[in-house]
Formats: sequence, C-alpha cells, structure tokens
Amino acid sequence: MDMASAVEKVIAGDVRTVARLIRDIDDKVPEVREVLKDLYVHTGKAYVIGITGAPGVGKSTLVDQMVNHYRKLGKTVGVLAVDPTSPFTGGAILGDRIRMQRHSLDDGVFIRSLATRGHFGGLTESTRSAIDVLDAMGKDYVIVETVGVGQDEVDVVKSAQTTVVMVIPGMGDDIQAIKAGILEVGDVFLINKADREGADKTFNELRQMIDMGHNKYGGDKWKPPILKAEAVFDRGVAELLETIEKHRNYLLQSSGEKGLAKKRERVRQELAEMVKSRLVQEVVEHLVGSGEFDRAVDAITSGEKDPYSACDELLVSKLGALK
Amino acid sequence: MVKERKLRVMVAKPGLDGHDRGARIIARAFRDAGFEVVYTGLHQTPDSIVLAAIQEDVDMIGLSSLAGAHRYLFPEVVRLLKERGVDDIVVVGGGIIPDEDISRLRSEGIAEIFTPGAKLDDIVNWVRENVKPRSG
Repeated sequence: MDMASAVEKVIAGDVRTVARLIRDIDDKVPEVREVLKDLYVHTGKAYVIGITGAPGVGKSTLVDQMVNHYRKLGKTVGVLAVDPTSPFTGGAILGDRIRMQRHSLDDGVFIRSLATRGHFGGLTESTRSAIDVLDAMGKDYVIVETVGVGQDEVDVVKSAQTTVVMVIPGMGDDIQAIKAGILEVGDVFLINKADREGADKTFNELRQMIDMGHNKYGGDKWKPPILKAEAVFDRGVAELLETIEKHRNYLLQSSGEKGLAKKRERVRQELAEMVKSRLVQEVVEHLVGSGEFDRAVDAITSGEKDPYSACDELLVSKLGALK
Repeated sequence: MVKERKLRVMVAKPGLDGHDRGARIIARAFRDAGFEVVYTGLHQTPDSIVLAAIQEDVDMIGLSSLAGAHRYLFPEVVRLLKERGVDDIVVVGGGIIPDEDISRLRSEGIAEIFTPGAKLDDIVNWVRENVKPRSG
C-alpha cells in the first residue's frame, strides 16, 4: 500500500484503503505504524460502544438493529465483529456478518470481521488501531462486538466508552461467568430474549450483584441500568440507545478533574498494552527468526537445560543484562 | 517480517438458493486449513457479496449455488468487482454446475469450478496453490 496517500484516503472515507489498512494492522505490517501515527490526530470524534456476552446471546442481532437505528438518525457506523481463532488450526469462521448483511449496500456502514488470532496476536492493540481507523474515517459510532471471555477480550471492551454486557435468561452459569470480571466492565446490562422464562430472575440476580457493589456506584457515580430486550424483534433497542446516550452525557458531565483522571488511566492502559505487544512481537519474532528460541526448546526437551535458565538466557541475549 | 500473512476468504451464497450445507462444510474445511473465513449467509445479491468482500479485504470469494442461477450470478460478481476496480480477488464457484457451463464460466472470469464429488483436500490445495495472501 502507498502509505503516504493512505492517510488522506482514510480521512476521505475510501473503503478499499480502510479495509486494506485494517488487514495490515492485523498482519502486523511494520509500515502501518507510520500511517497510524499520522491518523491519530484525526481520531477521538467517534463514540465507541462495546457489546459483549457469551456465544448465542444475540450480539450480532443486536448490533444489526443498533446500526439500523443509528442510520435512521442519520449517523454513520463502523462495526468490528471479533470471533475466535481456532487454537488448533489458526483458522477462523467469521459469521457475524450473516445477521448484518442488510447493511452491506449502505455507504454509511462499514463492517469488518476480525479473528482473535494466536496468543502473540495482540488482539487488543490491533482492535484499538482498527477503531482508530474507523474513527478517522469519520464514523459517528464504532461498535465493537466480542465474546468477552478472557483477559484480551475484556481489555478490548475497556477501550469502549460505553460497554453493554448481554445475558439471556435461564443460564444460571452465565451469571457465574459474569462474576469473573465482566460485571466490572458493564456500563449497561441487557437481558436479551427477555420473553423467555426466567427473565425476571435474571434481572433480580443482576440487580443484586450490582447493588452489592454499591460502594463502587455510590454518590454521583454511574450505576449500571439493567434493560430487557428482544433484539430480533427490535424490542428494547431504542431504549438501549437512549441509555447509551445517558451514559455518554454522564461521561461528559463528569469530565473535569475526574474525567481527566479517567482518560489518563485509559491512556496508561493503552500505552502499556502497546509497549507490551510491541516488545513481545520484536523480541519473540527475533528469537524465533534467529533460531535461538528453537535451540532453547531443544535443550529443555532433551533435559540439558531447565526452562528458567533458558528464559533468562534468551532475554539477556536480546535485552542485555537483567536485574 | 517473520510473520506470514493470513489468507482471508469469503464463502457466499448468492441468489434464492436456500441450501447451505455445502457452503458450511467448505467454510469449515477452510478454517481447518488455517484460513480466516467470512461467511455471508444465505440469499445474498452479487452487489452485497462484492461490497462485503471489499470491506473484509478477502483474497478469494467462493460462490456456492445449487439452484441453477450460476450462469448469471457468478459472472455478475466478477463484473461488479471489475467495475469497482478490484482485480486481485480470485472468484471460484461450486455446486451443481452442468459440465457445459464450466468452460463458459471460466471464460467469464471464474477461476475454478468445483462440482459434487470434489474432495475437500483437493479444494483446499487448489486454494493454497492459486490464491496468495495480498502483499503490500
């Protein structure tokens, strides 16, 4: 790609350029960083919404309806739909588009499926960069959809301004899963398929769990509302959008000192993530490329070396003296 | 760059044909081969397939048709890609395609046609040999 003209084309909203740039981000093409550096000043205008929940709760269906609503309001939307990479083959089936294909002819909508890729994949960083690209492209809203299991995906969700956690009734274990950390990232909870038996029970359970953290939500802090919806029939979607706007206003009003602290915290996290993934990328790739990594693996397998010393030696060879 | 680029392919069902068992099996075989597979679902128009393929930046579009409309739908996808100046997405087709249509479809820009009985391994190998992830 012609990196020099890429920035201008992204800002002009050129779909092909945006699509290819996201591919380059995903494939970790080093030159892409220069484009991202120049694009950064053009970001910060889009409002980023995270949608997360277990497989089958209806994320794609909800996103499809949200896009529809935003388009009726005259807003443009970018969608990043993250699906898991098979840890066995490295391949992935990205099927979130199935429910969103009605928007594919609409210029105001850009939908991209992303795979989580491997453990050195840097999902968080590449998704953030993709958000920046859609932002710079001029989309009013960017919706990121992910399964939200595991640290990486929770981190992805953290880069959203408003995060919607979706659950469905009758999955007691689902609530258990939420306890493991998703509860903390939810700004809004949505019980989808609310016509199913057990919706009220799920509502009460959620309410209780949120109330238990009332210290966290005390004073003028945002207390996550719980909504019910049947996304497939477009029920409850307008209410969700209203709630998202309320949260957006809340964030705006709480700017000033507190807002600055929050922004600083996010920047800190993003930078830490970027440094980490760049370090891993550079160091691991160099070690693998030079054959040092495989030699160490052989040495450990044959019992010549223990993995702790091997690790120390690898790092010293790349980074110099360690503490 | 040590890392290889991932092959991204799209499996699409154009037209009113409602049978996607074959398309799903192909999608899965591609996944098992290590490709990233975007699946569009049923009842797509050539337009929606082409626009989705551009947004997804895929290297190949695999069209599946079991209902006899391939003679219009497959070349239409190729035509729309050209119209948008896209010349680096390989288009292949599969399904119930009579022998007499195959050479015609090839001449209209469909790179390969796979008919019932084609082995999954052969299809995957064909893709590996003939479709390369975009570079630069």
